Amino acid sequence: MITISAISEIFPVLMQGIKITITVLLASIVCGYLFAFIAGFCRLSNNVILRKFTGLYVEVFRGTSLIVQLFWLYYALPILFGFDLGSDFWAGVLAISLNYGAYMSEIVRGSILSVAKGQTEAATALNMSSFQRMRLVIFPQAVKMMLPEFGNYLIQMLKATSLVSLIGMTDILYYGDILRSSNLSQAPTVYLLVLVFYFILALPLIFLTRKMESISKKGVASE
Amino acid sequence: MNGNWSWDTFSEAFPIVLEGIWITIGLTIACYLFALIFGFVWTFLRRVPFKPFNWVVTWVMEFIRSTPPLVQLFFIFYAWPMVPVVGMALDPFTSAVLGLGIHFSTYIGEVYRSGIDGVDKGQWEASTALNFSTRQKWMKIILPQAIPPTIPMLGNYLIIMFKEVPLASTIGVVGILHMANSYGAQHWAYLEPLTIVAILFLILSYPSAILIKKLEIKMNTRFDKKAVLNGSSKGAVS
Amino acid sequence: MSEPIVKFQDVHKSFGDVKVLKGIDLEIKPAEKVAVIGPSGSGKTTIIRMLMTLEEPTAGDIIVGDQNLWKMEKNGNMIEANDKHLREIRGDIGMVFQHFNLFPHMTILENCMTAPIHVKKESKESARKHSIEMLEKVGLGDKLDNYPSQLSGGQKQRVAMARALVMRPKVMLFDEVTSALDPELVGEVLEVIRDIAKDGEMAMILVTHEMDFALDVADKVLFLDEGVIAEQGTASDVIEHSKNERLQSFLKRFRS
Repeated sequence: MITISAISEIFPVLMQGIKITITVLLASIVCGYLFAFIAGFCRLSNNVILRKFTGLYVEVFRGTSLIVQLFWLYYALPILFGFDLGSDFWAGVLAISLNYGAYMSEIVRGSILSVAKGQTEAATALNMSSFQRMRLVIFPQAVKMMLPEFGNYLIQMLKATSLVSLIGMTDILYYGDILRSSNLSQAPTVYLLVLVFYFILALPLIFLTRKMESISKKGVASE
Repeated sequence: MNGNWSWDTFSEAFPIVLEGIWITIGLTIACYLFALIFGFVWTFLRRVPFKPFNWVVTWVMEFIRSTPPLVQLFFIFYAWPMVPVVGMALDPFTSAVLGLGIHFSTYIGEVYRSGIDGVDKGQWEASTALNFSTRQKWMKIILPQAIPPTIPMLGNYLIIMFKEVPLASTIGVVGILHMANSYGAQHWAYLEPLTIVAILFLILSYPSAILIKKLEIKMNTRFDKKAVLNGSSKGAVS
Repeated sequence: MSEPIVKFQDVHKSFGDVKVLKGIDLEIKPAEKVAVIGPSGSGKTTIIRMLMTLEEPTAGDIIVGDQNLWKMEKNGNMIEANDKHLREIRGDIGMVFQHFNLFPHMTILENCMTAPIHVKKESKESARKHSIEMLEKVGLGDKLDNYPSQLSGGQKQRVAMARALVMRPKVMLFDEVTSALDPELVGEVLEVIRDIAKDGEMAMILVTHEMDFALDVADKVLFLDEGVIAEQGTASDVIEHSKNERLQSFLKRFRS
């Protein structure tokens, strides 16, 4: 049964995991956006090799499962680098950010491509260089188009952080699992609380997403 | 653990991992069907013309959508049997169908809703003007227009579902990921079997994604006026 | 007579298998105002788009001043122009588009200031001063901080003209600038073009369907038909006294 005493017992234990969850989330968001922009621009590059290589990255990470990527990186990283990176942290962050970076790179690419052609032409007519066209005209408009989807992926990344408990990181879910295995009858309260924890973390992201959506509606010329 | 890649391990593990493929595919289909059906429930509940109820439904959906499906799986598998009165023990497969099915039904429900919202308002007015009954309106006018444009999106969710299904290995559903992990535990070699899992996912999901992309383009030219306009404005010469 | 500022020498352009321009020869002198008329699909817009470097000609030369626009010399050979070469020449040319193509994320003042600052490396103050002058000239001095989405079509097109004028081009191209406007807004835009034409030393090429306007403003009118210049001369020669049958039937549709 859910009782106040049970909650007051469980709550502080789960709190211990919140730092890891948030750290993994923030690192994944930063790296994820970074990969998204790098890969998105590479796929628009004139260099065929760069384009194909990035395309391969995107297809592999979009075509397979995050949980498989996580386990794979967890076992492969020490081999690839010849030594233990010393942390499951990077396996977790890399898996999440490479995975969502691949998805979001498609948004970056799509948004840039969907800025109306007339915008590039007008910028050319004003004699801007190709870099200036991108920086002053195309990119600021494309970013606005990216915002709503970027917001949605924030929540996806938050949900994805729960997977790092599977490679032994001590996040919220990890402590939840420990509580459950020590007292199975408490399981409903424990997991309900874990869900509430995640939901509370998600709330600011939900509102941020709505904010991003409303910003996005203004000031873009798209086809 | 083996420090290096071994093709021997790879070829030894391959048939073993492959054994799990039918469970993985079967679970994908079961979860997907569940989500397709349950998605209608959400769509229906959201259309109940009672504001507070709507508000509650919206936030319940939001709650399910923004919390991890992994935790939801654990809740159903470990916690549900402990819930007084209604609780009962479920096998891993059923738990996974319920957990992933409910999680994704909230997304599917949104897809249905976007399809229905996408039908021009004039269609409702026209069918009212022609004196159709409510049932006829839905069956003859609205749904036939609302559903086809959502098919590519629904197809995408099938692929997404396929990629989420390995989460079920954490509660003991013996799909390909589970087979790979148990092979890894036995032989202390994880990299090869996990690579096999990745390859199997690519083989199955990549062609499906291309298929759906094609379907989407076809649907767009049929249903999306904007796409048609864009097409005609290309290469305009005057 | 002064040297032409723009020369087309046997210029061809195809899109895939479709031959749009089949040998255009053309000279435009500084300060000359040229109207290009003709049925849609005749390649009018393509002519000025090639001059603006938005389309590359399939064959032939376009000369701006004393330089070949699409070709450059390297080790004694003429090779395809690179971006740097194009940019050098493009600075003398400005363009106003049918669909305005204002930058929606900038205010109208920013729309005008951006290129002078970043392309011409003008100081912010002087770019601002010139832009405001130009916007006042087109009658939008009170809208500086508005965004394009807050303006009417006619106002947008006037901003687009101010934006192009601030760059002080020697040749200004107008691509059917009134076609996308509601009929009651056409007048205000034509009025501004008349003003600009009166001012100056700037050459202008106007692709247009406004025959009366062409008659009024243009020194020279070209009638383009099926990819060639079928008729050319002074405005009154072409529009009022031509014997060309296709031109006659074309004009009948536009003049009531």
